[in-house]
Amino acid sequence: MEILKKVHANNLVKWAEDKPEVVVLSADLTGSTEVDLFRDTYPDRFFSMGIAEQNMLSWAGGLAREGYKPFVHTFAVFIYRRAYDQIAMSIAYPNLPVKMFGFLPGVTTPGGATHQAIEDVAVMRSLPNMTILECGDATDVESVLDVAYNIDGPVYIRMLRGEIPRLFPSSQPMEFGKSRILSEGNDLVLLTSGICTEEALRAAQALKSRGLAIHHRHISTLKPFHEEDILDAISQAKYGVITMENHTIIGGLGTIVAEKMAEAGIGRKLRRIGLRDTFVHGASKQYLMHEYGIDAWALIREIEDMTGNKLDIQSDELTAPFVVDVHSKAKVEAL
Amino acid sequence: MERRKMGSNFSWQQELYAAADRIRYRVMEHTVKNNGGYLAQACSSAEIFATLYLNVLNLEKPEKPLESGAFTGVPGPANPNRQTGAIYNGKKSREYDRFFLSPTHYSLVLYATLIEAGRMAESALDNFNKDGSVVEMIGADHSPGMEIMTGSLGQGISQAAGIALARKLRKDTGRVVIFLSDGECQSGQFWEAVQAMSFHGLENVLAYVDINGYQCDGKTSTVMNLEPFHKRLEAFGARVYRIDGHNVEALAALGKLPPDGRPTFILCDTDPCRGIDILRKRIPKLHYVRFNSPEEREAYRQAYNEIMRSKAAGREL
Repeated sequence: MEILKKVHANNLVKWAEDKPEVVVLSADLTGSTEVDLFRDTYPDRFFSMGIAEQNMLSWAGGLAREGYKPFVHTFAVFIYRRAYDQIAMSIAYPNLPVKMFGFLPGVTTPGGATHQAIEDVAVMRSLPNMTILECGDATDVESVLDVAYNIDGPVYIRMLRGEIPRLFPSSQPMEFGKSRILSEGNDLVLLTSGICTEEALRAAQALKSRGLAIHHRHISTLKPFHEEDILDAISQAKYGVITMENHTIIGGLGTIVAEKMAEAGIGRKLRRIGLRDTFVHGASKQYLMHEYGIDAWALIREIEDMTGNKLDIQSDELTAPFVVDVHSKAKVEAL
Repeated sequence: MERRKMGSNFSWQQELYAAADRIRYRVMEHTVKNNGGYLAQACSSAEIFATLYLNVLNLEKPEKPLESGAFTGVPGPANPNRQTGAIYNGKKSREYDRFFLSPTHYSLVLYATLIEAGRMAESALDNFNKDGSVVEMIGADHSPGMEIMTGSLGQGISQAAGIALARKLRKDTGRVVIFLSDGECQSGQFWEAVQAMSFHGLENVLAYVDINGYQCDGKTSTVMNLEPFHKRLEAFGARVYRIDGHNVEALAALGKLPPDGRPTFILCDTDPCRGIDILRKRIPKLHYVRFNSPEEREAYRQAYNEIMRSKAAGREL
């Protein structure tokens, strides 16, 4: 697996070169959200807003009203938790093209509950006019810029940083409203988003060797969600569907799929892997994913339960996880 | 209510005072008619609004007063018919000022002012607070004279500041003129905005703050003290003046200052019962006038008629 460093930092500078209307706003997390290179390259298009997110989000709305495309950068929690009313009234209601880059989604930070965005999809999804995208690898991080830029309205992005794997070829960019099909099969449908896709892929080979045919998709557009062919796949699946997300099971991918299935009248079992209505605490991503049951083992357990078959998968059958050093030089701090 | 022709016998100051009175009494008329309204806000801010629209703001001259249309739906990808209340302020251009009303419960004061400025037809107010109309009680970006979403207090100044930054980047010469009320300046976002406007050198921002001293719960100094407001603002890096907010000469003079690198705040100390003495009986509950009885409503109707009679009898404009 190819591991890349500071993908967004370099890519944004290159991508924004011919887009003078793209400006970056930062709330004292410029290095931490990989916009330091943008700041140094285009100082006239970078605005330091301090630790004052409410003002920053409304201000971004004002800039967008005048034809600029503000790219707001900070940790995800500080966007939707600290400035929700501002996002709702200064940005979402008027449907303005403010692009919010939320870093450290879910358990990707050891920063503890204060830094872990575990219910952001649930919160932002209920806002009219809001589009929600989530990145799962380096290719997503690179190509999410075009997707977000071309949407005529506000976009909230669950972003990745530091050292990240490339799971999908760079020749296959993220597409708006279109999931990536990672495997085909009629036993069950597996829908994963963000870093959970990498976890699910760790178990793919072992599951296949047990004779399981899985229709696996990586979901990057969480809202709007109009993928009718996924519903077709679910209705044909022998055992049902499993969703897997780096988020609480309330209001995220699992809920989205549940709503769609109920509306379509699809009577299949749905199992939601995610944080089970709980906050988490400060620890490594790998530890939290295992402890709170959103890793490859959680998927295997869920499949065993759903199919009623013990799969007897051993540790050495799983692909090794890519573990980022907490003190990696690809990040400016240990968060 | 007749809007009299301005005659050469009257000074510009007298004309502004007369316009201010027509603004507050038009709001009073509607308050009686609708059995409630934001009346104290009109009393405190009438001179500020009259001076802004008839003296300070550099806006495109209106060809004729605009009628009000029906609401065409909330903005969104499914609605191509989004509308803006900014058309009542004329077209946008590099040199023109832009006006932003932050406390949108002052909407009726703005509508009455647009009529005085010849920007909105008097008949447009027939749609005030009517279902399906844009002339809403608490206006939004589609309502006459408005172009951003400001009713959630604290957000207006930040959005206007974003627009001011955009105008600075484009080297526009027109200013961003904001009307604020004192209560909203208690919010953290207000101070975040002042801090950031000062940090980014937004000298194109001119803010008038109506310090009428009252808010929803009562007297501002008993709800959450703001004083010494001017010193606090100065400490945040703003250029600050504090004046009698009913003095049109002072309001007008400070609206023509050359910029000095800082955002400018004109703090206007005002009387929320100015010109309508019967309101004083309600102190300190002045935020919204809801008549407690048919008798009270009748007393306001009589007070209104009395004011109209004395105006007609006098030599006032």
